[in-house]
Amino acid sequence: MKPSNEEPYGYYPGCSLEKNALAYNESTSAVANVLGLKFEEVADWNCCGASEYLALDILPAYALISRNLALAASSSGSHSLVAPCSACFLNLSKVDHQMAEVPALASQVNEALAAGGLSYQPGSITIRHLLDVFVNDVGFDRISSLVTHPLYELRVAPYYGCLISRPDYEGVYDSPEYPTGLDHLMTALGAEVVDFPLKTHCCGGHMTQISEPVALELIRRLLQNAHEYDADVIATLCPMCQLNLDVYQEHVNHAFGTNYHIPILYFTQLIGLALGIRAKELGFGREFVSAKRALAKIGKARPAPKKKRKPSKEALPMPQATEVEYR
Amino acid sequence: MKQERIGVYVCHCGSNIAGTVDVGQLSSWAADALEKRGVVVARDYKFMCSSLGQELIKSDIVELSLTRVVVAACSPHLHEKTFRTACQQAGLNPYLMEMVSLREHVAWVHSDKALATQKAKALISGAVERVALHEPLDPISVPIEATTLVVGAGISGIQAALEIADAGQKVVLVEREPSIGGHMAQLDKTFPTLDCSACILTPKMVTVGSHPNINLLTWSEVEAVDGFVGQFTVTIRKKARYVREDVCTGCGICMEKCPSKLIDQVYEAGLGYRSAIYRPFPQAIPKYPVIDKANCIYFQRGKCKACQLFCPTTPNAIDFEQEDQILQLTVGNIILATGYDLFDARRIPQYGYGRLANVFSSLEFERLCNAAGPTEGKILLRDGVSQPESVGIIHCVGSRDRNYNNYCSAICCMQSLKFAHLVKERTGAKVTNFYIDIRTPYKDYDEFYQHVLQEKVEFVRGRVAEVTDAARRPGEEGKLIIQVEDTFIGKQRRIPVDMVILSAGIEPRHDSKEVSRKFGISCNGSGFFTELHPKLDPVATMSKGIFIAGCAQGPKDIPASVVQGAAAAARVLGTIQQKSLDLEPVLAQVIDQKCSGCRICSNLCPFNAIGFDLERQISTINPALCQGCGTCVSACPSHAISGTQFSTEQILAQLHGLLAESFNGNGARTQSPAFSQAELV
Repeated sequence: MKPSNEEPYGYYPGCSLEKNALAYNESTSAVANVLGLKFEEVADWNCCGASEYLALDILPAYALISRNLALAASSSGSHSLVAPCSACFLNLSKVDHQMAEVPALASQVNEALAAGGLSYQPGSITIRHLLDVFVNDVGFDRISSLVTHPLYELRVAPYYGCLISRPDYEGVYDSPEYPTGLDHLMTALGAEVVDFPLKTHCCGGHMTQISEPVALELIRRLLQNAHEYDADVIATLCPMCQLNLDVYQEHVNHAFGTNYHIPILYFTQLIGLALGIRAKELGFGREFVSAKRALAKIGKARPAPKKKRKPSKEALPMPQATEVEYR
Repeated sequence: MKQERIGVYVCHCGSNIAGTVDVGQLSSWAADALEKRGVVVARDYKFMCSSLGQELIKSDIVELSLTRVVVAACSPHLHEKTFRTACQQAGLNPYLMEMVSLREHVAWVHSDKALATQKAKALISGAVERVALHEPLDPISVPIEATTLVVGAGISGIQAALEIADAGQKVVLVEREPSIGGHMAQLDKTFPTLDCSACILTPKMVTVGSHPNINLLTWSEVEAVDGFVGQFTVTIRKKARYVREDVCTGCGICMEKCPSKLIDQVYEAGLGYRSAIYRPFPQAIPKYPVIDKANCIYFQRGKCKACQLFCPTTPNAIDFEQEDQILQLTVGNIILATGYDLFDARRIPQYGYGRLANVFSSLEFERLCNAAGPTEGKILLRDGVSQPESVGIIHCVGSRDRNYNNYCSAICCMQSLKFAHLVKERTGAKVTNFYIDIRTPYKDYDEFYQHVLQEKVEFVRGRVAEVTDAARRPGEEGKLIIQVEDTFIGKQRRIPVDMVILSAGIEPRHDSKEVSRKFGISCNGSGFFTELHPKLDPVATMSKGIFIAGCAQGPKDIPASVVQGAAAAARVLGTIQQKSLDLEPVLAQVIDQKCSGCRICSNLCPFNAIGFDLERQISTINPALCQGCGTCVSACPSHAISGTQFSTEQILAQLHGLLAESFNGNGARTQSPAFSQAELV
């Protein structure tokens, strides 16, 4: 549900955006300023428990997460809560959804919340990921119209990760398995989007801390695939994905004898660049794998449309592409 | 008021009713307690529907001069006709009989014998009150126009048309494509016998094209349907062909010379090309091409006319001035055999169709195998040159999947097995089938499966997660990798192949809902046409005179489509033979004086039976179209519509009788099972 013009979005940055994903936070607020999006941070929010706590003990985990929902619902006039972090988004929406589905759980959670003088009625706010706001509220046309520094010739691999579109509770993505919202968004910036078959595959999450070889293999696959498609950068929308692919890229190179150098950037950083915001304001320079070389590739002029390779006489036609209708 | 003489007959239905209801007590109670209400005899019998049971009723009617009959047995859906006929044979108007559904409404849904018997008493009491107010009715007889309209000329429609035409009756066969043949004309081989599809289909097509009793209208669509069984008026748009059928010889030079070449999305399933003036395939019936206006250079840019220039016939067969013709025909019956659409595999993007070159849909693969197809029957990759060394066939694409269609598409297992066999036979490639269950019922189908197994085709049981070109391990480069959980070993597997075939499911035609509205029939949730009874009346519909056949009714293979086409034809021939048809007189009637002309009723009628008399500003009900459902009766705000056999008086009397028995004399409720609103009517 798109809030009315006056109504701000509730904003839940999550722990990552205060530390390792500072660049995500900085670029989000810089871009929001230009687009006139109002994000109102929920006061006194707490950690969402990441992906581990739910596996340990469900009730305290739900209580921990729902406290943020209760705070968001009681504060401000906003009916939506936007989370830029995929894990936070999934946790918040999962709890909201489960509380609505299982009334017994909702009453237990509310009992816990009552100890802190809070309560939460499931469904009273809409939980959204930041990408959803850009794709479905701002829209490609609006973004496209505001682009001053198009990302010509920059080959971007759009990486969604595994958490935001599965399950797609609210049905906001065109396909949970193979979404294209980020693809269209990057195209709107003038970038060249590569088909990235692993776009919804897992980055390993916290597996780096549990079994590094497993994590490195998962990260390697993603880097290898992006490399095979000649991607200059991978655009991501999740602090966990960014961290794994960026920080562990050197480890992967070491472990597998590869030599990948693919900067992992937040999609908001790329939007910011295209909107003409200075790189420094967008948190560039914080990445481990420097984006400098890739960004130097950005062309000044719209590249001449590539000549379609004439199919050989024998070749059979491809199925005619039907444009996916975007809601 | 004259006291009616009513007979009550309680059926045991073996132990179906007698097991839960005390039938003996029930009949003696009816004779006793309802005597004041006119019951002169009440009997129970083991099988009331048997000849002996019917004899009981008949002899009572004669000997005891019964004027009304109540049969407490099964649902009227099953035996109402039986007992009405029995009454009629004994000289009683058949509509003076009322049935009580003791079996479905009482015995099968309750277990406490005392309470069930009490409920049975209440229902019989209601029926006795109601039947007293029944009026003798006479069926409405309508003449049947002998000509039949068949819509859709795939194999099912062709079969229906030929059956009727061969029986000596006229058929109008309407097809919206330029040629008849339907999906079957696109196929290469047919399972399980592997006979060539064209070889068995084209003789039938030729017969249709030359049959004196068939008026074939291709490149035509039904625009409107009016009237009712026996006398439908159909409006058909015969689209301009821009080719004169009276002079064209079908030589095909125009198609060769036409400079506008485009991908044929229909017949070639997007895998081959055609020209703007085209005939979908060489054996097309009729042989005359059509000009596809949207892609014709002359129509789009005003210059070209190559076809006209090169047309060798005199006078010239190309006529750019032709216009659509609107035809109005009267037909007695209609058979809808409008076929199916293939599930669009692009809707499952993780299978890569449309993105990864060597992922093919099942219809594409049929064209690939077909000797008349774009590769002349050679199984080749999208480059049109190389032969696959390994092929993966994915079953249930878009079927048995709650994200897309819940139903089984019925043809995909056998079709996939056929593909596996053809790949093996023609390329020797390694073939792997990915399935959830193998479903091979019907004659010789499982034998075919066994045969394919012996050909060393591999089978992996599991729903494929994705098809990707992202290589992960050595040996995967340049291949399509099928990622699947092999549910027999409980492990994820990655199987690299050169070619993937998606056995896409059957979907209703994209416009099936629109078509169903046009013809006044209904669709199920998926969009397949709804039959009158799923088992016992699979080709009739709720609208009399409109029949359905083939995949328009539900997914089915060629043999089943042929059977339905023939069955629909048999039903139609039956009514033609009778020359007229008796229609149920149970229907709604407008009480002219009360009707305000608000027309609330006309939008609600599911059978398009309500018209409007402009002069008198009142609604009118066409008795031949009305099925007596009662929707309008209950919707009319000024009670201006009455249902015969369902009048307010009759229903109130029934309620009165029913409630009188559910309450004891003091007005306190006796212990009787609750009645739902639905059971009262």
